[in-house]
Amino acid sequence: MKTTNINFIGNRNIALIFSGILMVISIGSLAVRGLQMGIDFTGGTLIEVGYQKAADLNVLRNTLDTQGFDDATVQNFGTAKDVLIRLKPHEGISSVDLSAKVLEAINKTTAEPASVRRVEFVGPQVGDDLAEDGFLALLYSTIAILVYIAWRFEWKFSTGAILATVHDVVVTLGLFSILGLEFDLTVLAAVLALIGYSLNDTIVVYDRIRENFRALRNKTTEEVMNISVNVTLSRTIMTSLTVILVLVSLFFLGGEIIHNFSIVLLFGVFFGTYSSIFIASPMALMLGISAEDLMIPVKEGEVMDDRP
Amino acid sequence: MQNHFPVWKNILVLLVFGIGIIYSLPNLYGDDPSVQVSSTIAAAISQEQANQVEADIKTMGIPAKAFEFKDGKILARFTNTDDQLKVADQLRDKMGSNYTVALNLAPTTPAWLRSLGAQAMYLGLDLRGGVHFLLEVDMDAAVKQAEDRYIDDVRLSLRNAKLHYQSVAKDSGFIKVALKSVDDKAALLTLLDKEFHSLEITEPEAQEQVWLKFSEKEAREIKKFAVAQNMTTLRNRVNELGVAEPVIQQQGENRIMVQLPGVQDTTRAKEILGTTATLEYRLVDVEHDVQQAIGGHVPVGSRLYYDRSGAPILLDRRVIVTGDQIVDAASGQDEDGRPSVNISLNGVGASKMAKTTQVSVGKPMAVVFIEYKVETKTVNGEKIRHKEKVEKVINVATIQGVFSKRFQTTGLDSPQEARNLSLLLRAGALAAPVDIVEERTVGPSLGQDNINKGMLSFVVGFLLVVLFMAVYYKLFGMIANFALAFNVVIVVAILSMLQATLTLPGIAGIILTVGMSVDANVLIFERVKEEIKNGITPQAAIFLGYDKAFATILDSHFTNLVVAVVLFAFGTGSVKGFAVTLIIGILSSMFTAITGTRMVINWIYGTRRVEKLSI
Repeated sequence: MKTTNINFIGNRNIALIFSGILMVISIGSLAVRGLQMGIDFTGGTLIEVGYQKAADLNVLRNTLDTQGFDDATVQNFGTAKDVLIRLKPHEGISSVDLSAKVLEAINKTTAEPASVRRVEFVGPQVGDDLAEDGFLALLYSTIAILVYIAWRFEWKFSTGAILATVHDVVVTLGLFSILGLEFDLTVLAAVLALIGYSLNDTIVVYDRIRENFRALRNKTTEEVMNISVNVTLSRTIMTSLTVILVLVSLFFLGGEIIHNFSIVLLFGVFFGTYSSIFIASPMALMLGISAEDLMIPVKEGEVMDDRP
Repeated sequence: MQNHFPVWKNILVLLVFGIGIIYSLPNLYGDDPSVQVSSTIAAAISQEQANQVEADIKTMGIPAKAFEFKDGKILARFTNTDDQLKVADQLRDKMGSNYTVALNLAPTTPAWLRSLGAQAMYLGLDLRGGVHFLLEVDMDAAVKQAEDRYIDDVRLSLRNAKLHYQSVAKDSGFIKVALKSVDDKAALLTLLDKEFHSLEITEPEAQEQVWLKFSEKEAREIKKFAVAQNMTTLRNRVNELGVAEPVIQQQGENRIMVQLPGVQDTTRAKEILGTTATLEYRLVDVEHDVQQAIGGHVPVGSRLYYDRSGAPILLDRRVIVTGDQIVDAASGQDEDGRPSVNISLNGVGASKMAKTTQVSVGKPMAVVFIEYKVETKTVNGEKIRHKEKVEKVINVATIQGVFSKRFQTTGLDSPQEARNLSLLLRAGALAAPVDIVEERTVGPSLGQDNINKGMLSFVVGFLLVVLFMAVYYKLFGMIANFALAFNVVIVVAILSMLQATLTLPGIAGIILTVGMSVDANVLIFERVKEEIKNGITPQAAIFLGYDKAFATILDSHFTNLVVAVVLFAFGTGSVKGFAVTLIIGILSSMFTAITGTRMVINWIYGTRRVEKLSI
């Protein structure tokens, strides 16, 4: 790959407008449609059963309806032979019996008994706790990173990096909301991993900007940034490609349970790469970053000595 | 020479590589379906018994792959699960309730690896199948029970001290004591100070009243005890299920996590975990003949019981003390160093015990353990749940003197028996109720499916990255690929050494690590290319590439690490597994991608004149 010379910073407004639109759509969808929270966070019961032949979902739905589980949602999971049944928390029946009752009910009507692949029950209180822990994890990791980058670099970079990362997370969650995909614990883990990845990408660019601020003293801030983004471009793309390769493998071969996990990361890596090229540096620029912010501090006495 | 490693650095890298290979090796060997037999009573399994079991299995006509007897446990390995299940069923019938017959997957790690302490990774429930329960202890109930116990005790002490009271009752968070006469108040306060210093005293305006409340410390103790008691009870119950490697752990302040690998029958698991138990102290009827009682002539005042070995025993119909009057039971040693169990009773229990022992010194007294098991049975195609009361005599001891609140049971065969008895006594004491607040069951087929899919996506992902790197960076790419493989070996080795739990998201974490760990090499190689473009000699370009990229790698990997650590701190279950692999992956990739590749590059280019790099 030859070193490119694309004017990323000069044309930053195009990217910023594009990102702005993405953000508005994402936040809009998150506000209106919200995220489809999995039972990890809402509480409830989930039963995955497998059949030898393709299952007739309508029969299953009718059975559950007539047996008093009218809130059950029934859908295929991965293949036509696998069925996922979801139930909201039930007041009257104890959790212990619920899954057994449901299985009993569906086994009455189907010719072939269902083989249970997995049962998950999460109490409402546990769901709340998991949601709280998840939120705290997001909050603390954001704070930890803000502090680390502010210490290693400078607060304008730190803020820029966080803004770029927030952008990636919001847009990814927005897509999740628009597509109506289920948000569960594994997806949350993927979102956190995405934060790590997106930052990693941004830091590499920032690192080069810092180095070039010191090396290329006669260039403007904009020029330094442009050069830095361009020289790191091939690395940014290469790394994203290798990660995308493994994620594609995980998406197609990893099975249904890991599907949403890989989708988050695929979206995330895509946007993380985009934002570290187009968004992160303009953000720092707009916050007023300049070469002086990153000069190695010189002791006052030494400055005096420099003068002839 | 810039591109030359000192000898120690070469040795270090090779050493890490070698250790990595050895400790990741066990994962290449599979598991044997096996049956594990262990004892639930004091006496451990003897060599003779082990030989007997081996002979029994032989007579069943099922070939065992191997038969091991170690640390009081018998392990029989089989070639397939059918054999394993058949043997387990037949052994269960044969061995009786004093033994646990558990299904197990025994690793086939060869002896020389085992002698080095190398073990295969510990698979999480989502990979091996099994049940995970999260139980919540009802703390309000625990506190309420304690309050009731204190009310009984206070009343009894007042009566004993001949202090007349109007009432002792619970009211708005206090235990309110109302005396008949204000004159007794001073005596009451002295009594409270002497016998109930765990209670905080409030003196309200009404002169004849004293209000009592648990001190903070006491309330904490009560809660701690409620959880501890439930955990012992659960441990006992899980033994009955025949699970080879159960995990029972406290989680947070009031929750208990129970993981039962390999258990599929969740209904039965829930039934057993939900069993309620209690116990009774009764006098032994020594006046009548047991043999006659077996024949049907049970004396009017007595009942026929059986002990754990099945021997009959006649006990008095009247109960001395019941389980809810036991406050604590702990195993230890008496003055002579013999194993013993120290039991504490509450006030009511103590006075009853005193009354009985006053007239029965020298007579034997028995402890009966009672369980109410809920079992679901299929009768004529209908599922019927019924509660079954199971009673067993767990201990008989001679009353040596008059005692009440605290006493000691000695004459036990071993410290282990003392421990078991104290466990059972505590299990039989009234425990705070628990609720199942989370359940996750993974069927065995799904577990295997998850492993297969995880492996397949790992292999494909790995090969794609390897191919990509080789095509794009040529020889340098191949060196990075070597480091990549090295990295996976180290991650697996560390996971195995730590015996950290590998989950499906954990496998995803390893796969993600494969994609991300080449990042360091990409950074270095791009930097080397840049330097070459700037007209620097190949040797210097290698040196500068590594040198300049290092700070960047450190910064970028560190942020990634921070996020992974936060994820580990807040994640639960399978998510934690993901965080663990990510953390290990990030750390080890820095070593392999920087030091590992540098070593190889130094070998290839370091000692000669180089015109052009294959990058």
